[in-house]
Amino acid sequence: MSTNLSLAPQTDPRDRGGRHQPMLIVRNLKKYFPIRGGTLQRKVGHVQAVDGVSFSVRKGETLGVVGESGCGKSTVARLIMNLIPRDSGELIFDGDPVGLEQGISLRDLRRNMQMVFQDSYSSLNPRLPIQDSIAYGPRVHGASRTDAKKMARDLLDKVGLRPELYGARYPHELSGGQKQRVNIARALALSPRMLILDEAVSALDKSVEAHVLNLLGYLKRHFDLTYLFISHDLSVVQYISDRVLVMYLGQVVEIGPVDSIYDRPRHPYSQALLESRLAMDPGERIEEAPITGEPPNPINPPSGCRFRTRCPFAETICERAVPQLSGEGVHQVACHMADSSSGHTKAGMTAVH
Amino acid sequence: MSNIAASASTLPSVTVAGAPPTVRGYWGTVAYRLRYDRVTLFFLAIIALIVLAAVFAPLLAPFDPTKSSMLYRLKPIGFKAFQLGTDELGRDMLSRLLWGGRTSLMMGLGPVVFATTIGGFLGVIAGFMGGKVNMAIMRTMDVFYAFPSVLLAVAISGTLGGGLRNGLLALTLVFIPSICRVAESATTQVRNLDFVEAARASGASTLSIIMHHVLGNVLAPVFIYASSLIAVSILLASGLSFLGLGVSPPTPDWGLMLSTLRSAIYVQPMVCALPGVMIFITSLSFNLVSDGLRRAMDVKA
Repeated sequence: MSTNLSLAPQTDPRDRGGRHQPMLIVRNLKKYFPIRGGTLQRKVGHVQAVDGVSFSVRKGETLGVVGESGCGKSTVARLIMNLIPRDSGELIFDGDPVGLEQGISLRDLRRNMQMVFQDSYSSLNPRLPIQDSIAYGPRVHGASRTDAKKMARDLLDKVGLRPELYGARYPHELSGGQKQRVNIARALALSPRMLILDEAVSALDKSVEAHVLNLLGYLKRHFDLTYLFISHDLSVVQYISDRVLVMYLGQVVEIGPVDSIYDRPRHPYSQALLESRLAMDPGERIEEAPITGEPPNPINPPSGCRFRTRCPFAETICERAVPQLSGEGVHQVACHMADSSSGHTKAGMTAVH
Repeated sequence: MSNIAASASTLPSVTVAGAPPTVRGYWGTVAYRLRYDRVTLFFLAIIALIVLAAVFAPLLAPFDPTKSSMLYRLKPIGFKAFQLGTDELGRDMLSRLLWGGRTSLMMGLGPVVFATTIGGFLGVIAGFMGGKVNMAIMRTMDVFYAFPSVLLAVAISGTLGGGLRNGLLALTLVFIPSICRVAESATTQVRNLDFVEAARASGASTLSIIMHHVLGNVLAPVFIYASSLIAVSILLASGLSFLGLGVSPPTPDWGLMLSTLRSAIYVQPMVCALPGVMIFITSLSFNLVSDGLRRAMDVKA
């Protein structure tokens, strides 16, 4: 697949698969966490944190991932970074399978893909000046002390912190927004091609959040990055994403271009999720919660469609068959109502909303 | 540790007036805070005095600490040339206290240094590896923990026999489990923080992560705890000598002196109390300095 014609002179030399090869393909990713109990710590069950997740991230795009807390968003991020081992599934980075003999090595993957963590407090070593925290990655990958330090100071400048003022400071001397800028700088220190932003702006004040989002936009253009942007904040995802992926209980329920998902959500869960957003206009405030109850227990998820216990349109078919992600074109949804052959009474009809 | 070395070199520049107040390293901040802690500084000076006196004992001692004289037994403080009196065998108390400081300080610092090295290492390994390794190390420590420390020290040096080296060994073994536990809990806390995960995500090896990200955060609590153990160690060592399990006569040692002089407590109470006073002052100073260090090292306070 790597034809590598490289006619365009501006092509990134690290680009192996070509313009149309997705940056990352995730296929059927699974992770079950064992639950141990009793005095002998035997396995008494497992949490199906991520159950058969497949998607791809195109080069240069921002893929937003939304869903309730506990739906497996962060687990997906950690699985992609190989911070926790996956039970099954395939990861293909720019055409190279991850973790296979002939594929890309973990070390190279980590040079190409980095992650920004949510908690800006615990994600920086309190005993290291921030420029040392940033320089650590390049040092690990063999950069000299002076080179790594210079790189760290350049990056501090790039994320809007003056290195001569902030470089020698410790994390506890910085504000939350500044710490998150440092986290972003650290993730960029290995000059990766893709960033996973796991709730990267969720802990920040709204005004600071806006600054950091603008910074992310600038960095994306400047370094030609690809983002996987995980958040529970629908407005932020709408602002930053090109495409959006909606997760529910460890599975993908809907994926598509951001406008298509936000204007015409097809899965009842996506519809409910979008309706639960706070309205800017107080006259449009919603009186009733569009979705009620807790997500079901991922230890023992419902049969068939996992959303059926909270879905207002659930029928017997939803109990029996697992809906597959399908749909013509770029907007895909996993719902029996979207599949005209499923036998659901509302099947084939356009979305209710 | 490299950051200690680095801080030592940056320390002078920190104290220079006009330097930007924000660029002060971690150890620089600690030193800065200690400068305004009068109590800690005072007791730090006392410790320095005691250590210097012990180091220069051969020069300072007016008499041979082991030379006895039947004529001048149990003389009071200030008797002729004996500024602090004489003991039950007519040996000069001042000389014996100076020389005894050497043994007592060695017994106080030695076991703590060894136990911090060994216990700290085991604790970091246990904490970072977790799972079965943690289980194996920490349950072994619990076995030692099950005995009261004094009893354990007495039992070990009783089995091994008296002598300075066996006393050191016994006390080291007594202190390892508690230091190991402090290091383990500190490591376990750090291990689960995102910056360790981020370091792993950057492709760092386990050893590199431990050296750069774990040790720096574990050092402070372990250091503070260990410094509080110095006083305990001096007391325990004195206790061992008192029981005849530590150093053997005629080697001067504060605990041993206290033990042999106790029969003369009604004859010369002031002289008999002197070794006890030295033990008291030394352990009190170490304790208070340890408290001061804890306050100074808690940077986020």
